[in-house]
Amino acid sequence: MAPVDKSKVPWWVSNLIVPLVNLTLALLVSGLFIFIAGENPYEAVRLIIYGSFGYIEGFAYTLYYTTNFIFTGLAFAVAFHCRLFNIGGEGQAYIGGLGVFLVAINFSFLPIPIVWILSIAGAVVFGAAWAFIPAYLQATRGSHVVITTIMFNFIAASLMVFLLVDVIRDTTQMGPHTVALPKEQWFPSFKDFAGLFGIKIRYSPLNISFLLAILASVFVWFLVWKTRWGYEMRAVGHNTQAAIYAGISPYKNIIIAMCISGGLAGLLGVNEILGVHHKIVAGFPAGYGFTGIAVALMGRNHPIGIFPAAFLFGILYQGGSEVTFDMPNITRYMFVAVQGVIILFSGALENLFRPQIESFFVNRLNIKASA
Amino acid sequence: MVSPILELTNINKSFGHVHANKNINLTINKGTIHGIIGENGAGKSTLMSIVFGLYQANSGTIKVNGKEINLRSPKDSIINGIGMVHQHFMLVENFTVLENIILGFEGELVFGKNLEKAKKDLKDLCDTYKLNIDLNSTISDLSVGFRQRVEILKSLYRGAEILILDEPTGVLTPQEVDELFKILRSLKEEGKTIVLITHKLIEIMDLTSEVSVMRQGEMVGHTKTENTNKEQLAEMMVGRSVLLRLDKSEVKAGEVLFSVKNLTVKDDLDVTRVKNVDLEIRSGEILGLAGVTGNGQTELLEALSGIRKVESGEIYLEGKKVSDNQNFLDPRELKDKGLAHVPEDRQRMGLVTDFKAYENLIFGYHDQQPFSKSSVLNHRDIISHSKKIMEEYDVRPQSPNLITSNFSGGNQQKIILSRELNENPKVLLVGQPTRGVDIGAIEFIHQRLIDMRDRGAAILLVSVELDEVLSLSDRIVVMFDGKIVGEKDNKNVTDRELGLLMAGVV
Repeated sequence: MAPVDKSKVPWWVSNLIVPLVNLTLALLVSGLFIFIAGENPYEAVRLIIYGSFGYIEGFAYTLYYTTNFIFTGLAFAVAFHCRLFNIGGEGQAYIGGLGVFLVAINFSFLPIPIVWILSIAGAVVFGAAWAFIPAYLQATRGSHVVITTIMFNFIAASLMVFLLVDVIRDTTQMGPHTVALPKEQWFPSFKDFAGLFGIKIRYSPLNISFLLAILASVFVWFLVWKTRWGYEMRAVGHNTQAAIYAGISPYKNIIIAMCISGGLAGLLGVNEILGVHHKIVAGFPAGYGFTGIAVALMGRNHPIGIFPAAFLFGILYQGGSEVTFDMPNITRYMFVAVQGVIILFSGALENLFRPQIESFFVNRLNIKASA
Repeated sequence: MVSPILELTNINKSFGHVHANKNINLTINKGTIHGIIGENGAGKSTLMSIVFGLYQANSGTIKVNGKEINLRSPKDSIINGIGMVHQHFMLVENFTVLENIILGFEGELVFGKNLEKAKKDLKDLCDTYKLNIDLNSTISDLSVGFRQRVEILKSLYRGAEILILDEPTGVLTPQEVDELFKILRSLKEEGKTIVLITHKLIEIMDLTSEVSVMRQGEMVGHTKTENTNKEQLAEMMVGRSVLLRLDKSEVKAGEVLFSVKNLTVKDDLDVTRVKNVDLEIRSGEILGLAGVTGNGQTELLEALSGIRKVESGEIYLEGKKVSDNQNFLDPRELKDKGLAHVPEDRQRMGLVTDFKAYENLIFGYHDQQPFSKSSVLNHRDIISHSKKIMEEYDVRPQSPNLITSNFSGGNQQKIILSRELNENPKVLLVGQPTRGVDIGAIEFIHQRLIDMRDRGAAILLVSVELDEVLSLSDRIVVMFDGKIVGEKDNKNVTDRELGLLMAGVV
């Protein structure tokens, strides 16, 4: 089959049709799993949609998961524009959470909005610092960030367990978690907002961090495409030799890209600590850092793509828990497998049907044009 | 006795809106070297890819030895005795020559009898055509010229009667070109048919017996090589008459703008590639640096432009020292001081091919006013600037938003040139300005360089095209094995003299 002339492929084919086809395939395969497990796939889809959209709290849960995926998806995307495969979002988010907590608890004498801003800064600085070490090693010694960041996930996990057990544990409790932050520092939740308008709803973890995620998306878009830094990062990512020729330092940009990436991952800590748990609990990043990789790849590393991808994974997380609740044959791990299938089709097998789809549309458009 | 071995009738091929081949008719006679010449993008490679089964034609017929055949894949072509040597070699670098050649044709699970036979056959082929290849050497140890021979041997081993070579000399040194031509001639002697795709007129005149000219997807003429000349072919290629020799005014050299004293530079493997070089370039002159590829020109250019560290020696810009082995300015700082650099390899160094054209048009100047204000890129000014210089330098198509890799080689080169010349540099370092660029663009690029010189810039021109060095330079120095082995005034030097210097003979 002849290769398709890339410049002739309309943007909506490569950016909308192809991901949608991949997603459909993933869902068909997932449906097959559910069928084999002895449940009705059609019923499962209905449950997913009901669980994530059917009632207000369910939808709030969906958006809460979306918030986390936006942060980690953006984190991966920024580093990827500099061709750095930062798979350390998990650890950076964990350490970012530590930053949030330490700032909030130590500056509790300050006015609340200032504490919030400082805590957000704390998340960014701690996350960035955790990404800085692998970045420095990559820039100066060529140690591959894929290796170092995954190591740093383990180090972060061990460090946090150590801190939560031996150093900052709430000694009045048995579990490995800290004391709770003062109540007035907690982020206003969706429930509180609804209450303002006299609507009474039940608890959901959705809070104003969602707005922070939107802000972060705008920030990433602006940084990558509208500023000199983004331009230089992309130049280093696409062609390091050319960057050196143009006087752009790969060293500097690798470090900047990784630190921004780590900072964004750290923001997950804001959602989890200020918005949900109000304390550090062991293992709070819960895999969001890894799923963020799939979100970024599916969203083609662009904030506009990351948002729907994050939303889709939000639906799967929330709808999936609904399914496992109602269908005894479907376990939680089944939905991990479904996520895996989606990652497989939209990440690893992203280009499986791309040539066919693209040439199909290109040929159709040609026929139309010549008719 | 002339009998056609390959006949193409009414071949058409379109890619989207681009009609790459329009009603092509071509007859190639057995035992000849047939040249196909045309500018970049004229459709030569597309046509030959159809013959080799890589693309399928939209319409038309292909006959081999009078029999109509259907080519669905390269496998069909190989069966019909058609072999192709691509511009980019298809070899496994860590395999030996033998392993590469039998790849896919092993014929047995455990190597034994078949391998011995293959070895013997290959040795015979090597002897017949004087290929001089050691079958046991690893590809990564071989020079580009030898790798190409391995490709030729591979095609022959698979029974090729017709051998298509796509721009075979683009990557070779002049000596390697001579060797290749010898091999091609001996192939012809043995009755093989060779199709040579090129845009270099001199190769057509040297080697072929028949030539076909393509322009914008059409076949515009066939002729016997002996009945034509370079000027006529060039005119057919571009569709108008071309100035092969440049008109340029008398040199008015001023003060020394750029000088190099006793410069030594090492490469990444710590091998000394530039050895005690002295250079002086004056305002208003072009200093040509001739030499066979790999004699230190690349490292010299990189050191002069601040990309590579200086081992010892000094570089002066307008009389002020800018670099020695202790202190050196980086490329950005040198740019600010008025030094521009058009690198030898545009895709590896001069451009980010995945960037849009406008992003490349400000590359290296992106942090300056008005392109960027307090680190925010000024999109509107960048686009209007891009449109202006794309028009001025006739970059086609004039779409700043198009991804750079979609431009042809010549237009990519114009993007770099317009970017660097637009800053009106005092000193301009130019490496291989017309490598892989079509004739129309070559003329344009040469004229721009002359204009820069007339405006008082000091230009260092590094090129492996002797013609280019001769037609542009006011003074010529020759580099061999990292040293400057000779300096000549352009007025009284012949290409023969330069050739001897380049070969390190004198």
